[in-house]
Amino acid sequence: MTQNTELQDVIQVDHLNAWYGDRQVLKDINFSVKKGEIMVIMGGSGSGKSTLLRYLLGLNTPVSGHIRLLGKDITGMSHSELHDMRKNMGVSFQGGALFGSMTVGENIQLPLREHTHLDASTMQIMARMKLEVVNLAGFENLMPSQLSGGMIKRVALARAIVMDPKILFFDEPSAGLDPVVSAELDEMILKLRDAMNMTIVVVTHELESAFKIADRITVLDRGEILICGTIDEVRNSNIERIHNLLNRKPRQDVINVDEYMQRLTGK
Amino acid sequence: MKYPETEKNGFMVISLTGEVDLNYSPVARQQILKCLKQNKNLLVDLSLVEYIDSSGVASLVEGFQLARQQKQFFALVGVSRAAMQVLHLARLDKVFPIFDTIDAALASQ
Repeated sequence: MTQNTELQDVIQVDHLNAWYGDRQVLKDINFSVKKGEIMVIMGGSGSGKSTLLRYLLGLNTPVSGHIRLLGKDITGMSHSELHDMRKNMGVSFQGGALFGSMTVGENIQLPLREHTHLDASTMQIMARMKLEVVNLAGFENLMPSQLSGGMIKRVALARAIVMDPKILFFDEPSAGLDPVVSAELDEMILKLRDAMNMTIVVVTHELESAFKIADRITVLDRGEILICGTIDEVRNSNIERIHNLLNRKPRQDVINVDEYMQRLTGK
Repeated sequence: MKYPETEKNGFMVISLTGEVDLNYSPVARQQILKCLKQNKNLLVDLSLVEYIDSSGVASLVEGFQLARQQKQFFALVGVSRAAMQVLHLARLDKVFPIFDTIDAALASQ
C-alpha cells in the first residue's frame, strides 16, 4: 500500500476481534473507508454491526486488532486524546439520544459548547443553519418529546453535523420511519457527503437505503465480514448467506444437538 | 492573525483566505462586525478560501444581518466552489448577495 493510499484511508480496521464474555461477536474484521466515501455496514440482527460501530467510536476497546481514524490508532488512545479525536466525529444514534430536558436548539448546540469557545451568537446561528439543512427550520424551541420519530432522527443528524465532522457515523437512519421520511434522510446523507466531502459510515439493515446511498457495502454475519465491495459486487455475489439477506430468506441454521442441549440444560 | 482589508470606491473589502474553520472564524467574525460597526459598506472576498465550515458561514450570516439592520451594503464576492457548496447546503446561496468580482459588486450600486 502506498503512503498516498494510506492517507486517503480515513478509517482503517485491522484484525479486529471482540468478545462479550465467552462469545466472540467480531471475528478478524478488516476493512477501510476512504475520504468522502459512504460505507454501509449491513447485516441482520445480532450480526455484530452495532458492536462494530461501538468500536469505531472508541466506546469499546478491542482485545485484539487496531482501528485507525484519520491516520491515528484509537485503540491505545488516552481519554483526552479520544476526546480530541471526537471533535472530528459526528454520531447520529439509532434512537436519537437527545436530552429530553433540553430544547432542540440546546441539543444541537451541545457539541459546540463542549468542544469550542465560539461566541454564543455564532453557536446559535450554526445550530439554526443545521436545522435548515435537515428541513426543521423554526423547531429549535421545541422539546424532544414534542417531535415525531422522523423529526428526532433529523435533529440527531443536525447535532451530529453541527461541528462539520470529518467522519459521520449514522446508526439505522431508516429504522421505524415511513418510506418518504426515510428517502429524505438518504438524500440528506448524499447531500452532506457531496457538500462537505464527509466520510460517512451508515449502519443499516434496510436494503433499499443501502443500495441508494452506498459507495461500498460491508456485509456482516455472525461477527464475520461476508463481503466488502461495491453495490454490484454485493448484488452479484455467489455467497449463499448474502443471497439470503438480499432475498429476505430466514436463516436455516444447522443445529449441533450437543451444544443445543447444553444451552438448554446447562449440562 | 488578521485577514487582509482594502478599500475600493468607498467599500471595505475583507479577503478571507485558506481554511476558515473553528480556529479562524472568530477572527473573521470580529473583523466583519468591526467594519460594519464603523458604518462601512462591506464586500467579503471568498476567492482564496479553500474551506469554510459552519462557524465561518455563521460569521458571514451575522455580518449580513447586522448590515441589513444598519442598512449597509454587504455582499460576498468570488465565492469559491468549495465555499458555494457549503452555502448551498443551507440554501444560503439564495440569501446572500453574491457577485463574481469586486468590480461587479461595485457596479451593482
